[in-house]
Amino acid sequence: MLKDKKTTKAYEKVLAARDGKRPSGGFYISRMLDNFIEFHGDRRYGDDSAIIGGIGFLKGEPVTVIAMERGDTIDERMKRHFGCPTPEGYRKALRLMKEAEKFNRPVICFIGSSGAYCGIDAEERGQGEAIAENLFEMMGLKVPVISVIIGEGGSGGALALGVCDTAVMLENSVYSVISPEGCASILWKDSAKAPEAAEVLKLTAQDLYKFDVIEKIIDETDRTSEEICYELKNFICDEIAEKKKLTTEELLQERYEKFRKIGA
Amino acid sequence: MDLKNIFNFKKDDIIAEKRTCKKCGKSTRYNELMANSMICPTCGEYMRMGAMERLEVTLDKGTFKEIDKSLKTKNPIDFPDYADKLDKAVKTSSLNEAVVCGLGKINGNKCAVFVMDSNFMMGSMGTVVGEKITRLFEKATHDKLPVIGFTTSGGARMQEGILSLMQMAKVSGAAKRHSDAGLLYVTVLTDPTTGGITASFAMQGDIIIAEPNALIGFAGQRVIEQTIGQKLPQGFQRSEFQLDHGFVDMIEERKRLKLTLSKILELHKPVNQ
Ligand SMILES: [Zn+2]
Repeated sequence: MLKDKKTTKAYEKVLAARDGKRPSGGFYISRMLDNFIEFHGDRRYGDDSAIIGGIGFLKGEPVTVIAMERGDTIDERMKRHFGCPTPEGYRKALRLMKEAEKFNRPVICFIGSSGAYCGIDAEERGQGEAIAENLFEMMGLKVPVISVIIGEGGSGGALALGVCDTAVMLENSVYSVISPEGCASILWKDSAKAPEAAEVLKLTAQDLYKFDVIEKIIDETDRTSEEICYELKNFICDEIAEKKKLTTEELLQERYEKFRKIGA
Repeated sequence: MDLKNIFNFKKDDIIAEKRTCKKCGKSTRYNELMANSMICPTCGEYMRMGAMERLEVTLDKGTFKEIDKSLKTKNPIDFPDYADKLDKAVKTSSLNEAVVCGLGKINGNKCAVFVMDSNFMMGSMGTVVGEKITRLFEKATHDKLPVIGFTTSGGARMQEGILSLMQMAKVSGAAKRHSDAGLLYVTVLTDPTTGGITASFAMQGDIIIAEPNALIGFAGQRVIEQTIGQKLPQGFQRSEFQLDHGFVDMIEERKRLKLTLSKILELHKPVNQ
């Protein structure tokens, strides 16, 4: 259907990233971790099932994992609001990161949803404050943080799990300041022009690699999800091993500089 | 006051010009408005203040030294029509970007200050806005100065794509280092403070002050209405709403802001004995 309309390479990536059949956060946890135990709740207000958090072994090493999960069935997707985290989701994530810091465990974040949950209740409970707090605290988190964009990386809601030492994107994932639809409706008062917007926003993994915003792209073409997981797991393990060689001061300095140089 | 001296960035004709209040429709001469902190003398409506105007009513006369004034944005991701938009914004706002940064004094208290300006592309944050605020935090950390930040912004600037989004993390990093050095950061949220600004440095202050009735939130009101398919309640995302929900320390009237800020600064002065 879209083939008839004017489409773009970038928008094809957007559609691939959003594909309902594409694996979500829980899939990567189940394929990569051993003995995973899920923990719930932000200890403030509630538990947000758009974010799965917990601990497990990654090739024998204890790690904390925080993952956006969209859900499989429509009921589950409604319950998890399609992986769009509420303030409680971000606060649970931060709580688990602080716990990881205490026990000197590396943190792995999986990012893949259209963005932070949008609603009256989310605003009442401080969606902006929750994201701001994560950015602030993650900048000082004294353990390695690896963030993986597995699907759609939607704006500030994605960045709230994306302040990291190493950023990885799957080949067909995207990461953007605004959705192509949102951009098109502001720019051209027509959200149907999303394909053009996707192109000019430069939101593909390949664009972000060029901009030095991410460190690694994992190929997806002609590969099974098992093969993708295998490479991703090995890459994450290697990165963690590298980061663990640094002192805490060096780790935080490198993280600071990773973001400091963007647009300097 | 001698507006011609103070407003060397404004032309004489602007000083004589009248401004119309959006709420009551009454026009008031600019110098009369400025003498009233840009508050409509008829109905009390807070008109939006430009960065230079804010500095004028907040800082002690002659103390402001601007930093990185000449930093100008290029078009880092070759976004269509962005260069023209920037040129236009420079002309209409008389600024080089949507934030003005520098050092100054508030009732004798030295501080680093940044003031965003919604006249420049809705106060949106691209790489130069992020860079200027980051540099200010770094300088304040080095010089052991408190930071006072006035926010007004529609959020991250889409014309610079992912690079704009990353500025949220960049500024957060600099604010964190400033905080870790034991230094004070006060934010003053003014109308409107939304999107990626609320979701980063606007909400990272040790003390968060809001001007009355300012729109403060993460998601845009139109976006929320479209998503939930209903009208938003009266007062939603306004300063009073944020105070009720526990996200700002206080709401302060514009004319009392300078005094309140100076009291806060005095309370955080290093004690020698
Ligand atoms: Zn009026």
